[in-house]
Amino acid sequence: MARLERHPELPPPITEVGVLGWLRHNLFSSPANAALTLVALYVIYLTVPPLVDWALLKADWTGTTRADCKSGGACWAFVGVWFNQFIYRFYPVAEQWRVDLAFGLLVVLVVPLFVERFRWKGWLGAFIVVVYPAIAFYLFLGGAFGLTYVETSKWGGLMLTLIISAVGMVAALPLGIVLALGRRSTTMPVVRALCVVFIEFWRGVPLITVLFMSSVMLPLFLPEGVNFDKLLRALIGVTLFEAAYMAEVVRGGMQGIAKGQYEAADSLGLSFPKKMALVVLPQALKLVIPGIVNTFIALFKDTSLVLIIGLFDLLGAIQAAVKDAEWPQVVTEGYVFAAALFWIFCFAMSRYSQKLERRLGTGHKR
Amino acid sequence: MSTAQPASAGTAASGQAMIELRGVHKWYGQFHVLRDIDLTVQAGERIVICGPSGSGKSTMIRCINRLEEHQRGQIIVDGVELTSDVKHIEKVRSEVGMVFQHFNLFPHLTVLENCALAPMWVRRIPRKDAEAAAMKYLERVRIPEQAKKYPGQLSGGQQQRVAIARSLCMNPKVMLFDEPTSALDPEMIKEVLDVMVGLAETGMTMLCVTHEMGFAKTVANRVIFMDFGEIVEENEPHAFFTNPRHDRTKLFLSQILHH
Repeated sequence: MARLERHPELPPPITEVGVLGWLRHNLFSSPANAALTLVALYVIYLTVPPLVDWALLKADWTGTTRADCKSGGACWAFVGVWFNQFIYRFYPVAEQWRVDLAFGLLVVLVVPLFVERFRWKGWLGAFIVVVYPAIAFYLFLGGAFGLTYVETSKWGGLMLTLIISAVGMVAALPLGIVLALGRRSTTMPVVRALCVVFIEFWRGVPLITVLFMSSVMLPLFLPEGVNFDKLLRALIGVTLFEAAYMAEVVRGGMQGIAKGQYEAADSLGLSFPKKMALVVLPQALKLVIPGIVNTFIALFKDTSLVLIIGLFDLLGAIQAAVKDAEWPQVVTEGYVFAAALFWIFCFAMSRYSQKLERRLGTGHKR
Repeated sequence: MSTAQPASAGTAASGQAMIELRGVHKWYGQFHVLRDIDLTVQAGERIVICGPSGSGKSTMIRCINRLEEHQRGQIIVDGVELTSDVKHIEKVRSEVGMVFQHFNLFPHLTVLENCALAPMWVRRIPRKDAEAAAMKYLERVRIPEQAKKYPGQLSGGQQQRVAIARSLCMNPKVMLFDEPTSALDPEMIKEVLDVMVGLAETGMTMLCVTHEMGFAKTVANRVIFMDFGEIVEENEPHAFFTNPRHDRTKLFLSQILHH
């Protein structure tokens, strides 16, 4: 038997494509799945409308005192009144433009990194990591060239959260890479042992004890009169802590690189640093972008622990606000706002990491 | 199958052999993988090494560029002895190129960047010159149009040719081939072997571990048979294939020459 004419090209059945197709394959593909879909729809019906009602429809958006929130919905007026404190905490209002300038400058510097055709991304990146921190630090602290001095104990709110997270991320990644390389060393056993001890020590203690010890116990060990700035102690503690986690993430990435890559680099005559910088680390870091971003997101949220040493980051500011006598019973609004703000930042980091993976993935196909 | 040596290849220092292995032994733990290897390779010679798997052929050539360490004996490449001295190792590696069974191209770089990487960063040649030289070698292996592509977008035969070009960009004096066609589909083996034959005709010193006996007959000055970590037999190709002396050689040839 032989077919003489080609079968005509037909469109697929209506239940296979488009919206119906999607519904059928994703939500109703089997009896169990259909049942789960119905249960999920019911749960959504029970929870989402009341939430939307409380948070958006019945909420009070304007006002200056608690009495203005009469409707029984969320009292966002509270957030409006306290907003400045949430962002800057005790930073003098007259000097807040300096903080705005510093963050604005960062945004302006970072935007070209997202433009495809911009050719000096390497230089710009180096500038952002090396020179910008000095500029920003000067803007925050002041004390010279006409800017009044604002001591670090006055820094607080979202600004402080961002500062601690940014410093932690930028410092922990290179340190983590160095530790990972040290831990994998086969030719320098002393270096390897030191790296192992460092990593296992800092991973073994909770961040809260690190911060607590840096604030309370460190002064006992220092000679009289020598006093580290409290914020600096927190930054060092957070950096060392996160570097240990980052080291293990990077080491995992390096283990995922085929041995042949190392051998090819060796056979071309690349020395160890060049082999790592040009061949192994670009691939290893790309491989563990999910792990690195995970660590960064955790770091961003861990910064709230600085409350224990008397630094008031975003969460600290919100906690102080909900205890304010002028605003009774706004605890829910305060923490919902805190959660929403944290979620926005963490989600933004997560989305960016996915975009980064997609963009870098083009070169990585085997 | 000539033994003439064109002058365009790199030559060894003042009449010395290009590669010398003297009494080389190697162990993997308790396993004695290389047993008393003695081998001398002159500049411009093409040596094919064959043998059953596990015979130590790959290990032996990997010792020549120190991807493996030998525990006893001496290995001297172009007058430089391979010891644990890093300077010696780096000198030898910049003169010895290697082509791997699984290509080992750098997937995050384009073909052109793969080839230009080592000249730029090891020999400190400026980018423009390194890329121009890389394009010349890519033309020589007949894939200049792939220069801007990533290795993952190429076929196996193309990737292996890029790997050969990448090694050649460092202007080595010796090229080592570790089963270069074993991971390729049959229709791609010829294109890679053609490149290797072309390379042999320029007088490059080549050591090739392979099962492609046709290549050995065309190009090799000597064929070496290894088994259980030792060199069992070594001869020029015609004599080797028509008149093998040891029983082990005869057994091996009967196994591989029947398809």
